[in-house]
Amino acid sequence: MEDEALGKPPQARSAKIQVSHLDFYYGSVQALYNVSLAVPQNQITALIGPSGCGKSTFLRTLNRMSETVRHTSVEGEILLDGENIFSVDLVALRRRVGMVFQRPNPFPKTVFDNVAYGLRVNGGTRGAALADAVEASLRRAALWDEIKDKLHKSAYALSGGQQQRLCIARALAVNPEVLLLDEPCSALDPISTAKIEELMFTLQENCTLVIVTHSMQQAARVSSHTGFFLLGRLLEFNETNILFKRPGRKETEDYITGRFG
Amino acid sequence: MRHFEEQLNELRQRLLEMSGLVESAIYRSVHAVVERDESLAHRVLENESRINQMQIDIDDMAVRLLALEQPVAIDLRLITAAIKINNDLERMGDLAVSIAERALSLIHEPPIHAQIDIPYMASLVETMVRKALDAFVKRDSDLARNVLYSDDAVDNLRNGIYKEMILYMEDNPRSVPQALSLVFIARNLERIADHSTNIAEDVLFLVEGIDVRHHAEVRT
Repeated sequence: MEDEALGKPPQARSAKIQVSHLDFYYGSVQALYNVSLAVPQNQITALIGPSGCGKSTFLRTLNRMSETVRHTSVEGEILLDGENIFSVDLVALRRRVGMVFQRPNPFPKTVFDNVAYGLRVNGGTRGAALADAVEASLRRAALWDEIKDKLHKSAYALSGGQQQRLCIARALAVNPEVLLLDEPCSALDPISTAKIEELMFTLQENCTLVIVTHSMQQAARVSSHTGFFLLGRLLEFNETNILFKRPGRKETEDYITGRFG
Repeated sequence: MRHFEEQLNELRQRLLEMSGLVESAIYRSVHAVVERDESLAHRVLENESRINQMQIDIDDMAVRLLALEQPVAIDLRLITAAIKINNDLERMGDLAVSIAERALSLIHEPPIHAQIDIPYMASLVETMVRKALDAFVKRDSDLARNVLYSDDAVDNLRNGIYKEMILYMEDNPRSVPQALSLVFIARNLERIADHSTNIAEDVLFLVEGIDVRHHAEVRT
């Protein structure tokens, strides 16, 4: 964080996730170099950068999803509420840090069972309590009114935008503290995109969100802070308003104004 | 060069064309007063509609670029600065027209002999205008700051002219119409200087991304 372009890190007490000196390797190929970043609590942080810059890899380290790829290794520190995520139970970590992917990936089950899945796995919620929890999650994902009559139909019968909100509802069902979104709108039309963006605004009251997006406009619209990655390095991290009005680095300016390369 | 960059260059080019028109309007109006030259004043009046049309065209183009390109960073700052500078230039053109109209009425009155220096004030204002526009063209923030510093001198000159004219009118009631015209001219020149400080402030926003309006202390 020695560089001025990395802006003022949010106050330590308001950082939900504190990443320090993170290096990441796929085999012998280094994908992230010395990334340090404080993710502000109850806000939306956007990560932008050209393809292959490491932003998705970075996102996946935050709930150790990156470990599912063989021959990877990681150095450095990631603290969630001050606790090292590499020394906590993996299932507990993923329950606290949920993830939504680029393409909607509902389970081949009913709408209801998709949302109930995590609750059943986590033990115990049944009957009316389960139905209430499923409804609450679908309402939080702004989907309830559209699909309340289709709860027992296949999730595949929903539109793409509805499927993506179903995946968000599924992630929300276990009350995660952090929600990671990896290009959640790239397969969606503008109306579905707007619904998900609105949803993100309401979710930040109870949740910290980190979104990887290729859409600069989306980063500008939804996030309070934006990080710009290039070639595995976090080149600039700042308030979104500042980064898009007066970026601190030439590389950021070239990228967001489309003059890159 | 990308299509968008070509469009930005065209926007900049049109703004320069407009500033050329406004600069000559100011020059001609002032010299119409000083040299009692009716033809210069008429040329200012003739050019007003061209300046007005350019203002509309530049605004149209800027709004179109905002809507279609969703610019950010330096591009966003250029377009917003262009919209504001465009507005200032048009106002400066109007003020030059007012000066030209005063010049036409003064030419038909006997000259008055007071100790006031409209030509000096006019040359200071013209320099400010030229520097502000140069600062925009060269993206030169030092030159823009230089313009901001000159504003006080112009305000002082205007105040001096006001006082001088009040004394003159008390002693020469028959010359009140001419004296009033000179007061209006000094006032319009001072307003032109104000618009050039606005332009200088927009240049600082464009180049450095900082807002120095209404905060004299951060101008340094």
